[in-house]
Amino acid sequence: MRRFHWLVPFLAVGSLAFLYVPLLAIAVYSVNASRFGLTWQGFTMKWYQRLFANEQILEAAWNTLFLAGVSTIIATVLGTVLAIGLKRYPWSRRVYAMLDINLHLPVVTPEIVFAAALAVAFGLLRLVFSVFEPGMLNMVIGHVTFQVSFVALVVGARLASISTDIEEAARDLYADNAYIMRHVMLPLLKPGIVGGAMLAFTLSLDDFVISFFTAGPTSVTLPLYIYATVRRGVTPEIHALSTLALCATVILVMLSERITRKTNKE
Amino acid sequence: MSSQHHLVWNGELTTRLRLIRRGMYLAAPGMLWILLFLALPSVLLIVVSMTTRGDYGQIEWVFSLDNFTRLMGYSSYGWSADYLWILFRSVWVAFWTTLVCVLLAYPLCFHIANRAPEKRYFWLTLIIIPFWTNLVIRAYAWLLVLAPQLPLAKFAAVLGIIPDGSPLYPSAFAVYLGMVATFLPFVAMPLYANVEKLDWALVEAAKDLYAGPARIFWHAIWPQTVPGLSVGITLTFIPAMGMFVVPDLLGGAKYMLVGNLIQQQFGTSRDWPFGAAVSLALMVLTLVGLHIHRTKGGEGGVA
Repeated sequence: MRRFHWLVPFLAVGSLAFLYVPLLAIAVYSVNASRFGLTWQGFTMKWYQRLFANEQILEAAWNTLFLAGVSTIIATVLGTVLAIGLKRYPWSRRVYAMLDINLHLPVVTPEIVFAAALAVAFGLLRLVFSVFEPGMLNMVIGHVTFQVSFVALVVGARLASISTDIEEAARDLYADNAYIMRHVMLPLLKPGIVGGAMLAFTLSLDDFVISFFTAGPTSVTLPLYIYATVRRGVTPEIHALSTLALCATVILVMLSERITRKTNKE
Repeated sequence: MSSQHHLVWNGELTTRLRLIRRGMYLAAPGMLWILLFLALPSVLLIVVSMTTRGDYGQIEWVFSLDNFTRLMGYSSYGWSADYLWILFRSVWVAFWTTLVCVLLAYPLCFHIANRAPEKRYFWLTLIIIPFWTNLVIRAYAWLLVLAPQLPLAKFAAVLGIIPDGSPLYPSAFAVYLGMVATFLPFVAMPLYANVEKLDWALVEAAKDLYAGPARIFWHAIWPQTVPGLSVGITLTFIPAMGMFVVPDLLGGAKYMLVGNLIQQQFGTSRDWPFGAAVSLALMVLTLVGLHIHRTKGGEGGVA
């Protein structure tokens, strides 16, 4: 270990405290008995009980998981084949450059601009097709659009580390295209696909802006619900909900670390 | 035609045409999805930005550049800098947010890289958890911390900065706190990847040559961290310019950024054409930012 000036550990621990003090405040207030205001009035678990009796919150939780699940499945399939198609075939340099720009669009476009563009597009589509009313369909479409690109980038990175010799060897042993895809490429790509899908799923769970611009009254997700509630003022149920969300995040982060470590070993 | 010539591709005897066709089948669905739901809507945004708002908030297909002159501050009441000020403020906030995050990320990364290898994982997780925590929750958490009953606001009241019993939000201060807290992990994570692999022999060499701490950092450490730093800056500066949740909850009408202006046009104001024009302005700022970043990065030997 190196010895640094005392300011280095001081600032480091200070920064982490800066990140965690607000989160701890939420957790503390989630067990505070006071209904209004923020003075401490003793320990209670009643906000957590209320949470599970609140149908709006349960519906929002279901919407969030449904949206993340459906869009992640679509995006993982599209993103994986997109990465293979883009990286493993002899595109001319110009076509490849154009496709690559298209692929990076969702990554470089500011979220709010993307959301505005979607809102306008759906607004005009609505004039012709009534299915594009604000709601779950629009949200799935929006989420898949940014997820596809992240999945393709993660899978593409994995693809770059797999030598084409393996494909060639399979070919020499008379494997056909379908067999190579199923028994050679997909198993080798598994860590990338799992990683990409996990990233896509988390991005969807966390998303606020795209959902905010595309959601309808029956497709409210948890971030939207929390936002709408806190704009009206302090509510202890939201503290309980946020604390649970925080715990879920901690568990997900640890799980994903485990999975990535394990699949990397394989 | 060359595409009819046979060639061997990864052990397969085939033609270029057949390969491209197969690649297209694989890449097309995803590519079309992005094209249809991002690229085309963006073009649509450009068209709509030149239309006019109807009396009921609908789009009237009367084309003019009025939305852009309005954004520049011209209206029937004369000139005002309000919108330009919001644009400038967004860049300004993004700049200081990025700078403070970079300044905090260095000690953080050095401290973590200096832990015993088996403990680093734990410290790194401490950065990853806020990174994945929902932004709305994190912004709201600051509302709690800055509430009038808590020490921070009480202290400010004692100093006479705010009246007793009032919160520290909405304010520019609250926006900055929220922004730095939001983006610190975005700078720290990519930077850490470089700091962990730092070649300390260069630092020793600089020391042997009697370099002071500033010169050691500038000549022996900073160049080694440029790739991660560069990723971190892009991940922070560009989303920070368009940030909407943090200024909305912590800044309110007192400290509006361009993200709030766009949301307002698509929300309460129902003025899509103007909202589209503001979105385009943000897109242009983003492209300028990316361009500056790229050319500057190029000087440092990074693409």
